Amino acid sequence: MSKTFSIGGIHPNDRKFSRDHPIEEFPIPKRVFLSMNQHLGMPAVPVVQKGDMVKVGQLIAEPAGFVSAPIHASVSGTVSDVALYPDFLGKKVLTVVIDTSGDDWLESIDRSSEIKHEITDTPQEIFKKISEAGIVGLGGAAFPTHVKLTPLEGMKAEYLILNGAECEPYLTSDYRLMIEHGQEILIGGELMRRVLGDVRGIIGIEENKPRAIELMRKHAAHFLQWEVVPLKKRYPQGGEKQLIDAVLGRKVPSFSLPVSTGAVVQNVGTAYAVYEAVQKNKPLISNVLTVTSSDPSIQRNYHFRTGTPVREFLNAAGAPEQDGTLRFAKVVNGGPMMGKAVANLDGAVMKSTSGLLLLTEKETKRQEPGECIRCSKCFQACPMRLQPYLLYQLALAGRTEALEEHRVFDCIECGCCLYSCPAHLPLLDQIRLARNVSLKNKRKK
Amino acid sequence: MTSTLLYTILSLSLLGGLLAVVLYLIAQKFKVQEDPRIDQVLEALPGANCGGCGYAGCRAFAESYVNNPEMTDFFCPVGGNDVMKNVAMVLGREVKEQVPRLAVLRCNGSCDVRPRLNVYDGSMSCAVAADLYGGETGCSYGCLGLGDCVTACTFDAIHMNPQTCLPEISEDTCTSCGACVKACPRNILELRPKGPKNRRIYIACASKDKGAVTRKVCTVGCIGCQKCVKECPFEAISFADNLAYIDPSKCRLCRKCTAVCPTGCILEINFPPKKSSD
Amino acid sequence: MDKLLISPAPHLHSKDSTRRIMRDVIIALMPAVLVSVYFAGLSALLVIVVSVTGCVLVEHLIVRYLMKKKSTVHDLSAVVTGLILALNLPVSSPWWMVLTGCVAAIGIAKMTFGGLGHNLFNPALVARVFLLISFPVQMTNWSVSNSIFRPDRWELPKGLLGAQGQLLDAASGATPLGIIKEGLANGLTMETLSQQHDLSYWHMLFGHIDGSLGEASVLAILLGLAYLLLRKVIKPLIPLSVLVTVAVFAGILWLTDPSMNADPLFHLLTGGLLLGAVFMATDYTTSPMSPLGMLIFGVGIGVVTMIIRIWGAYPEGVSFAILFMNALVPLLNKIKPFPYQKEVSRG
Repeated sequence: MSKTFSIGGIHPNDRKFSRDHPIEEFPIPKRVFLSMNQHLGMPAVPVVQKGDMVKVGQLIAEPAGFVSAPIHASVSGTVSDVALYPDFLGKKVLTVVIDTSGDDWLESIDRSSEIKHEITDTPQEIFKKISEAGIVGLGGAAFPTHVKLTPLEGMKAEYLILNGAECEPYLTSDYRLMIEHGQEILIGGELMRRVLGDVRGIIGIEENKPRAIELMRKHAAHFLQWEVVPLKKRYPQGGEKQLIDAVLGRKVPSFSLPVSTGAVVQNVGTAYAVYEAVQKNKPLISNVLTVTSSDPSIQRNYHFRTGTPVREFLNAAGAPEQDGTLRFAKVVNGGPMMGKAVANLDGAVMKSTSGLLLLTEKETKRQEPGECIRCSKCFQACPMRLQPYLLYQLALAGRTEALEEHRVFDCIECGCCLYSCPAHLPLLDQIRLARNVSLKNKRKK
Repeated sequence: MTSTLLYTILSLSLLGGLLAVVLYLIAQKFKVQEDPRIDQVLEALPGANCGGCGYAGCRAFAESYVNNPEMTDFFCPVGGNDVMKNVAMVLGREVKEQVPRLAVLRCNGSCDVRPRLNVYDGSMSCAVAADLYGGETGCSYGCLGLGDCVTACTFDAIHMNPQTCLPEISEDTCTSCGACVKACPRNILELRPKGPKNRRIYIACASKDKGAVTRKVCTVGCIGCQKCVKECPFEAISFADNLAYIDPSKCRLCRKCTAVCPTGCILEINFPPKKSSD
Repeated sequence: MDKLLISPAPHLHSKDSTRRIMRDVIIALMPAVLVSVYFAGLSALLVIVVSVTGCVLVEHLIVRYLMKKKSTVHDLSAVVTGLILALNLPVSSPWWMVLTGCVAAIGIAKMTFGGLGHNLFNPALVARVFLLISFPVQMTNWSVSNSIFRPDRWELPKGLLGAQGQLLDAASGATPLGIIKEGLANGLTMETLSQQHDLSYWHMLFGHIDGSLGEASVLAILLGLAYLLLRKVIKPLIPLSVLVTVAVFAGILWLTDPSMNADPLFHLLTGGLLLGAVFMATDYTTSPMSPLGMLIFGVGIGVVTMIIRIWGAYPEGVSFAILFMNALVPLLNKIKPFPYQKEVSRG
């Protein structure tokens, strides 16, 4: 009997077209754009200057505080600029631009493909390596991993849950990683488990990935503290709060961190990055992403260097036509439910980018919004048991207090409400805005 | 038959009388003593409840005005000096006169000078779009053109111009309440003095990008060349973050700056056309 | 390179739309419509056609010429209202009465409140009650459809074409609930009543009970319910709570005195209870949005229906009950859902 979370959720068609395409190495771009804002929290502070020579893996920016992460050069070459550049959203961010020459790595990095099983580091050393490698949550939110692994006063972690749900339609990067690097993921998980103390390890995987479940079970058999939990296919299963509910049956209270329920959730991609950082000394300078669309010729999985411009992936995948026009209407950075639309194709992918999704106008164009018919489908779909129809109206009217009374801050922006609204109302657009205001107010207090 | 009628009339009258007494007693008990001058002040106010004065509606303004005699910075932007004189008369106070103002848009990037790079398909709200990304054009400071200011205006003074894709503010109906200024997520609306004979000069750009970047995305943006700063004889133009700004309190409307601006982003409003000999 | 579309997430949308939902409701109503046409013939078809075209026309005219907006009839909600209104009318309704109903439903109950999604009361029911009070004679003139093989079934009825007073050659009869109510009031017992009249459940299930079009067959309504549940248009909570409440209420009374009270099954099968519970109480706009609200709403409808049926002046009370509970919906919508998780005390 597979498990799942208890409230709301939707069942979009999973469209994992690229699931059988092995991970390909993406060519090193001529120029990378490394944004200082690749994680939640304070932007990193550059420590290189225009004209500096850097090697692959060299530190180029230091964290600006505890909730922040360092950034490393993903290519070797010359720093050609440190200035404000528009990112893929068209917003201006401080960016380090490196012109590539060759592929010259730091000597300390072990580049062999041999799997290193033996764990020699103490938990303190592992923790230090994780925070120095600039590892962030690769499930999408990009929250610095070392912060999550830091114990909080009065809260004891009992479980480490590796998130292999990949509930977003289209994306297959986590799936491919589990298939091709399952052992490394488990070693990475084991490393984080040791940091947290003697906790139990659980890997949650959705049922639509039977091969991954089978393989991970086989690998987990070599470890004492690990088990694989199959989950029903349902969105947003991979949400942190939903995953904890699905696996442990515990609900995270408002304004509390997930660890208050005794669970720490990490993406399987993060576990792989932790393995590389601790066992191979390799900082987070590359990741796996899915470039996919409903066109069978554009369905790939790539292992890429961070900072590669979005356009390069589209060119490599053969997305533009002969005359340079794109027959797709929208490029999404991330999954179709929570990813962000790319406004600037010259903007670069980041550490936590898990997919580039090409959608046609027919697939993605929003319909003309109608009138709310009070069908309450949004309420039924909301995994946080909010009343999106009400929050939407309150947000339009700007009623901040009423919004907080109805727990707008609990919104996880999963998009289930907007997805299911038959009147095509832009529910989440307004609720997200109201939520951000509410959270800002809360922080001030 | 008669008795039924009689009983009905009697019982209903009795009930009515009883309830009237109860109502009277309750009204007496919960009577709120209020300064009658508040109502007089309220009478003198325009009653638009726009919140432009900083209070939640005209009544809140009136209450505060009556109850805080030591405070002097009360001003109703909608009513202007005339209304404030009437209000002050009720309490026999002085008015600090203010110059009439109106909202101006510090962006002149209409559709043809600022090409669209992508198409926005979300909720028709500037706040949502600004939260999401850099905007439809390359300029991440300029007007988003989705009309949050139009919605915010309670005086029907702002309308989108479909030709320019920019909002237009009507001089006659704008009351300088400032609702649009608060609504604009890009902070490009500003309340400026209407000026003598409604003449005024301002820089219609808010871009803090470097000149080269601004020039690439918009032909009428401020490129930070500082020619106007040097030209101004009254030191009314300040310069910061690649952007010049004209201080309306120092500007004497000499129009020297408009002549030197290479992109024409300094707008002069309601001036007679310059003589060709100039 | 063409311009890219930009919008906040999510970038996918379910295929659901208002029009699709309305289309499903129309499909679900089809069995009831077909059965009524089968039993009552052309006259029923005419009532339905007049009602549907009337509702669509009234909405189109009001939106287009009074509100000066783009017509909204393409969302099919007016068609649904028209169909439900027709199913709430007797077969013998004259055309002018049906049209009056359309104006009351769309013009008064729907558009004055702001159109789709804003109306407080179910439009079709407002129209039915409006007509019931305005034209009590025509509204309770149930033509008898005793035999499937009635020869005049396919003849054009005179009533519909405007002949006044006497409607059909067939004798007009009372509804089962009317028979019971009058009989019990006159001191007869259930036993004698069922001997005098044909009150067979079999007939109620498959058809030929006198009453409005939609009361013709319970089975047809159940088919519609099954379709709506299958397509996930409605949740079973409201219909179920209405029916269970009525059954329990009637059951208690029946157990206390079977000779003076009809049994629960009788109450479930008669008086358009199913039509109301399945198609009218579940109207999105005029029903609560939270599960608890839905439960209270359903139970309320059941209780009020039974109170009217047993102690009220009218033999049947589903429409009044639903309208009454409609008025409480804004209040029921204030009920907050159970919180996701309360703050836990850390210890």
